[in-house]
Amino acid sequence: MRDFYGVTLQTPMMLGTARYPSPATMEAAFRSSGASVATVSLRREQGAGQAFWDMVRGLGVHLLPNTAGCHSAREAITTAQMAREYFRTDWIKLEVIGHADTLQPDPFGLLEAAEALCADGFKVFPYTTEDQVLAARLVEAGCRVLMPWGAPIGSGMGLNNIHGLRTLRAAFPDVAMVIDAGLGLPSHAARAMEMGFDAVLLNTAVAEADDPAAMARAFALGAQAGALAAASGPMGVRDMAAPSTPLIGKAWL
Amino acid sequence: MKIEVNGEPRDIAATDLAKALTELGWSDLRVATALNGTFVPAAARCDTPLAPGDRLEVLTAMQGG
Repeated sequence: MRDFYGVTLQTPMMLGTARYPSPATMEAAFRSSGASVATVSLRREQGAGQAFWDMVRGLGVHLLPNTAGCHSAREAITTAQMAREYFRTDWIKLEVIGHADTLQPDPFGLLEAAEALCADGFKVFPYTTEDQVLAARLVEAGCRVLMPWGAPIGSGMGLNNIHGLRTLRAAFPDVAMVIDAGLGLPSHAARAMEMGFDAVLLNTAVAEADDPAAMARAFALGAQAGALAAASGPMGVRDMAAPSTPLIGKAWL
Repeated sequence: MKIEVNGEPRDIAATDLAKALTELGWSDLRVATALNGTFVPAAARCDTPLAPGDRLEVLTAMQGG
């Protein structure tokens, strides 16, 4: 089993902390899903930060700060440095956003920031696409985890490019990969895990469900089912039917 | 002196970053700081002088995805 910079996660589920109707709802989602990682961010101090910091520490999960909203390598690097001090972790979910509508990563800024942060001792979790060439460069820079998108952030579309993701998974058998972004349903999480990905990261699909705690649990079960299937050796797909009941011994009627 | 704190103009008497945080009422809070786009570790705040027009960012934990 692939680990995350030496850390083996208890469950293959990472959960965001944004967009819940209330802090209590967020806590309930973490409890019901057994998520093992919480993503968090840094924003300007306006009075609510201390209480939130106390709450996320109380979740008892690994914290993964992000650089959400950063549009340049420089911004992302400074944010990562601030997050390392604040959250006392060298894990960083590196986002360098390249396009306002699709929120797809800027591959050039992402690579530049990943190189600088890996060299500075960070354990970088880059939010990337299924692009295999970029992935190779990120791994070369020192990334031991990749976070390819399923679909644009918050879109709920699921796995937009199955072929590309399958190719990416196969190309880097030793690199832990998290499907980050775009998942909308537990079946998407199951599919990702069946394909051999190591975890899924969810936020909007859980936080904006009518019942976030129940949806979080559904995603956890989906991810668990997919992981179990991947480890169990799924059958091959064929074009023609193959009867499952033996023909031998069938009566002549 | 006039500096910018979290995007807002402020007039402060403090001449270093640590004193500025105290003056702004944030000395007891858990925050991370950057001056003119560069990270300033907590331990270096005392030795970080401020100049008019500086842009100070004082950040804290927030929900994120």
